[in-house]
Amino acid sequence: MDQAKIKRELAALAAEGMPEPEPVEETVEVEAVPEEQADAKPKKKGKEKAEPRLNGLIETPYDERGAHVDVQLNPDQVVRAAEILDSEGMTLEAVTGVDWLKEKQMEAVYDYTYTGGELFRVVIRARADRDQPDFPTISNVFGGANWHERETWDLLGINFTGHPQLERLLLPEDADFHPLRKDYKP
Amino acid sequence: MTLLAESQLHETFELNLGPQHPATHGVLRVKLTMDGEYIVKAEPVLGYIHRMHEKMGENRTWAQFMANVGRMDYLSAMSFNHGYVALVERAMGIEVPERAEYLRVITVELNRIQSHLLWWGAFVLDLGGFSPLLYAFDDREQILDLLETVTGSRLTYSYFRFGGLYNDIDENFVDGTRAFLKRLRSRIPMYHDLVTYNIILMKRLIDVGPISAEMCRKYGATGPVLRGSGVDFDIRKNEPYSVYPEFDFDVPVYHECDCMARYMVRMDEMEQSMRIIEQALDKLPDGPVKAKKVPKLIKPPVGDYYHAVEAARGTFSIRVVSNKTNKPYRMKLRSPTFSNLSLFEEASEGMLLADALALMGSLDLVIPEIDR
Repeated sequence: MDQAKIKRELAALAAEGMPEPEPVEETVEVEAVPEEQADAKPKKKGKEKAEPRLNGLIETPYDERGAHVDVQLNPDQVVRAAEILDSEGMTLEAVTGVDWLKEKQMEAVYDYTYTGGELFRVVIRARADRDQPDFPTISNVFGGANWHERETWDLLGINFTGHPQLERLLLPEDADFHPLRKDYKP
Repeated sequence: MTLLAESQLHETFELNLGPQHPATHGVLRVKLTMDGEYIVKAEPVLGYIHRMHEKMGENRTWAQFMANVGRMDYLSAMSFNHGYVALVERAMGIEVPERAEYLRVITVELNRIQSHLLWWGAFVLDLGGFSPLLYAFDDREQILDLLETVTGSRLTYSYFRFGGLYNDIDENFVDGTRAFLKRLRSRIPMYHDLVTYNIILMKRLIDVGPISAEMCRKYGATGPVLRGSGVDFDIRKNEPYSVYPEFDFDVPVYHECDCMARYMVRMDEMEQSMRIIEQALDKLPDGPVKAKKVPKLIKPPVGDYYHAVEAARGTFSIRVVSNKTNKPYRMKLRSPTFSNLSLFEEASEGMLLADALALMGSLDLVIPEIDR
């Protein structure tokens, strides 16, 4: 595992996705504001992250955040990111999602770590339109993503295209709702 | 006749294991496609005791959620609590007094021993040996009594607080723990003599249920499953938290990748946990057990936080998204057995059903933690 190489390749990947005229997701951004400085900007309400974030790689302070590198990509790039991390021997620890109701976006978050000795945690995140949250599956790269993605679809309704078995995992088969969505009413 | 026998060879049938089955240790259903005694496909079906802890996390204050974490895994509730308080302390920047961290380590390691003891008894029970379970419960009961005296509960503890502990220990706990360690030290060799070196157990476990290190990596398996596949990875060493760096202990690693390797990892881990507890009791510093400056209102700054701990079954980690209110915006609970079980489908392919049950037992499943 080569930390510098991973950072370099992920940063290049994020930069690659930038100039493309994206249909919906990332065009609204005005400027890159790292999460940590987000508070400096005046914000309307404390409900969401203050500013939308640009694609790119941020090195986060491990002691405060629990991760070393935080990369935002376009949804169609997460498979390439998984392949980069897989070739360096990283492990997928979890896949999860966040519903940003106010921004009308759905975020998928992938947590990678390294089990070979060195401590290195990488977070990959991507945002898609909330009405059509499509992300390509990475279960072809990491078999363990199969269940994690199924669970995320089950609870949040994030659609992982190409997934071999996108069925209910934790909820009953006949459930027709996604309980972790912020507009879910029991 | 031979023609008939051959045509029947590849005839498969469906078999349901569970949701109520002694070998699944809870309500786990496994949909098996069998070719005679051999497994063609084994698909675990989850969710029978799904409680949606993640949604509950969004609807409770940070302090209220404390009780939920321990209820995810009733066998290593201390580790789960430790992960949660450590996360909030990281997000809020709370300093924890040293004595509190030492006591956390002592109780977590006691909890780990009792989890492994119960696993040991239940695992051998799966394989057909009944008596070891009674021995394991005998020892385990003593740990539960000890923990009950300080925490007030036997399984689902809420002993930790943000910035410290609920209360201090007394002399009786220290003496009781030392007496228990002395007793367990004399009993583990007996367990090895009676059970581990038993020829029947060895034949059931050695070279059965291989899980390669590569498969562990692809599926994100951690804990004793990973260490039984020859990977030296333990969050306590690789991503040190609390006061673990101050103790001298080894991470048991076995390279055989079979059920016996995972069995031995857990047996050795009990040994190592005892070493940690002894050192912690010897070095236990004086002082307060609760930090002085803990804000009454817990409202972590906006952003993502992540914290992982080594629970009895592997890496337990929490990712929270905070929006600086008194409730988390999103809470993801990553439980170790969820990932460990996900490799079962691939690992059990082509195995005998009886061997697959040994493999399933060696994964140490705790269903409430998978279903959350």
